[in-house]
Amino acid sequence: MRILMFGWEFPPFKTGGLGTACYDLTRGLSYKGVDVTFVMPKTPENAKSDFVKLIGANNLCKSIKVRKVSTILTPYMSSEAYSNELKKLKINHNSSSDVYGRNLYQEVLRYAEMAKIIAEEEEYDLIHAHDWMTYMAGINARKISGKPLVVHIHATEFDRTGGNPNPMISHLEYTGLHEADLIIANSNFTKNNVIRHYNINPDKIKVVHWGIDPENPYYNLNYSSPLNKNEKIVLFLGRITIQKGPDYFIEAAKKVLDFKKNVRFVIAGDGDMLPRIVERAAELGISDKVTFTGFLRGADVHRVFQMADLYVMPSTSEPFGLVALESMKNNTPLIISKQSGVSEVVNNALKVDFWDINEMTNKIVNVLSYEELHQELKKNSFEEVKKFDLVKPAEKCIEVYNEALRGVHKW
Amino acid sequence: MVSVCFYFQVHQPFRLKNYSIFDIGNNTGYFDEKKNKEIMQKVAKKCYFPTNKIMLDLINKHDGKFKISYSLSGVAIEQFERYAPEVLDSFMDLNDTGCVEFLNETYYHSLSFLHSKEEFKEQIIMHKKKIRSLFNQRPTVFRNTELIFNNELANLIQRMGYKGILAEGADHILGWRSPNFLYTAKTAPKLKMLLKNYKLSDDVAFRFSNRGWKEWPLTVDKYTRWVNSINGNGNVLNLFMDYETFGEHQWEDTGIFDFLRHLPGEILKHPDNNFITPSEAVKTYNPVAELDIHCPVSWADIERDTSAWDGNKMQQSAIQKIYLIEGMVKRSGNNKLIENWRKLQTSDHFYYMCTKRFNDGDVHKYFNPYENPYDAFITFMNILNDVNLRLDSKHIIKKEVEL
Repeated sequence: MRILMFGWEFPPFKTGGLGTACYDLTRGLSYKGVDVTFVMPKTPENAKSDFVKLIGANNLCKSIKVRKVSTILTPYMSSEAYSNELKKLKINHNSSSDVYGRNLYQEVLRYAEMAKIIAEEEEYDLIHAHDWMTYMAGINARKISGKPLVVHIHATEFDRTGGNPNPMISHLEYTGLHEADLIIANSNFTKNNVIRHYNINPDKIKVVHWGIDPENPYYNLNYSSPLNKNEKIVLFLGRITIQKGPDYFIEAAKKVLDFKKNVRFVIAGDGDMLPRIVERAAELGISDKVTFTGFLRGADVHRVFQMADLYVMPSTSEPFGLVALESMKNNTPLIISKQSGVSEVVNNALKVDFWDINEMTNKIVNVLSYEELHQELKKNSFEEVKKFDLVKPAEKCIEVYNEALRGVHKW
Repeated sequence: MVSVCFYFQVHQPFRLKNYSIFDIGNNTGYFDEKKNKEIMQKVAKKCYFPTNKIMLDLINKHDGKFKISYSLSGVAIEQFERYAPEVLDSFMDLNDTGCVEFLNETYYHSLSFLHSKEEFKEQIIMHKKKIRSLFNQRPTVFRNTELIFNNELANLIQRMGYKGILAEGADHILGWRSPNFLYTAKTAPKLKMLLKNYKLSDDVAFRFSNRGWKEWPLTVDKYTRWVNSINGNGNVLNLFMDYETFGEHQWEDTGIFDFLRHLPGEILKHPDNNFITPSEAVKTYNPVAELDIHCPVSWADIERDTSAWDGNKMQQSAIQKIYLIEGMVKRSGNNKLIENWRKLQTSDHFYYMCTKRFNDGDVHKYFNPYENPYDAFITFMNILNDVNLRLDSKHIIKKEVEL
């Protein structure tokens, strides 16, 4: 089976879970003997590094071919972020910016046009496109080749924006979801959101929960905190955006400190809400108890997990939440929001409604107060995460491919 | 001769409220009245009423030849009184037939035997009084919470004057022996042990509706054949199970009530069979051997040990902390506080914290009002912290008056 996949950048150049998800899926597919031509944006940042070599070095990935398209698109990009990126380019590389679209929408369409060229050149049986920015590219490739299109939804515009979608983006999302032969959603949570917001036939949506690489040298760093040993560490890790609920985290931090003094709250990540969270910490008078690390990548992500006594994922709408599995792999107990896909598949985690700050506080204080609770959570979640790997999600995707290849669906 | 000895456990815990750290010190009460009432009334409708009715009909129909025994936990009785008094009336009707025996247990369905002998004895005495006042019976047979048993318990129960005791007929205590005889424990030569025939008991209690089981569907004929086959190599067939088996664990549409309606008549067709209560069994039969049981055995899970209640660190810590304050609680002289503390000893609270096979979503999950064992622990510890706060004498004077 040969797949033409429109995806996103691979680690280490990634700004969130989507890059990891694409990387892990292609590895899993390759392991199952599927040939993948992986089309990804070539941004000025990653243009110089040799991704083909990076992938080729891993013998799991023999059957993966990478094609890059010049663009400045990145996942999770907003219209403003795009204009800023374009402005930066104009200043730094005066002439080269002319090739890119005047705005985010134009750029997505330009990317889709370039996809046509690749779609003509490559040999494949099926097209697989990841998230809204590549949906138009997928649709174009289908027009040219007549091959079935599977679109993958990792997050809806409603998840990303706290329910205030950008109309242009949700229109593109809608178009891709309706045009596709089949849809892969990363959880029932996402599936339900897709049904609710885009009026899609539930039978068209297949759920494939993510897995995690069972082997990663970083899991065993045994990193311990250079911070004050008498302080317990509670971690937030993710983009500091409305979707990830950093505001709920900081409110809970204040309440926790009313019960327990020796606690440090580490906020790892970057995003448009960062200034607001820094200010809020100051307003609450807990700035001395909150540490902002900025965006972390690679081994640092694992180090910060291993430093932490507890990871909190208070996302307001988390389509899956791969980072929860990373926490488990790093032996860090966790509290996850019930408004997440990962809470469907993980048992040994504490679960709260993201808005229930008192309950979040209750759980944080108890985990920090009772070593026996901390130990049991740690032991059992570490045991549980072993059931996740990269092969099972790939196998489920292949089932979906086979279904798409088998028949004409009339949705 | 096969004497069939039915014993049914009737128990409902006082389930706890969602009690958060913000509730500590605020006199908000520990028990979820609404949920407890709902569950009691639901189970009364599905199980207690219809099953008691069937039992009464069976006793009347068989003219005193069908006999059964119950153990009603004190906390279940209290909830009958509060939320479903008619259920208690129907137990009294059964009592009036003279074919029903009530056993003794710890009033609070607690694990106190393992943690405080003094508290254990007090709870038995409380239960004894309650059973006497309700049914005018003076039980001579004892059953410990979840059939937890060992040498030490046998000795203690013998010294308390009981003639018989129930226990699990676990393979690891019986070895090659049969559960269908009476035994004694090494430490209690005068106390006769009735051992649960777990195969035939669990065929009804657990497997009755299991379509994956090779014996499904379980018919009265088939089951009676199994019972009859004990003739010649056993005295007593001890069928011990939760009463909620009927209508609650096995729903009505599984045919469990029809099975129950027809079973006694079929068993009595064989001239050598009869029904017997535990105290009659103790009077009728002699023990055939002595068992030496050091580690506590129970009727729970495949392990048949106490790990369902104290198998992990959360459970161990919670149990240890509740018994640690026994002296202070009792010395407080605050009856409300003592009662609250005792209700917190009910074994179910620790069972909810069990992490064994949590990933498999087995029976532990079905009976658990919590989303996971960790939430059970958190709720329990928050409440225990409130109890500790109330133990602070200054606090008691100020606040308890309002309770």
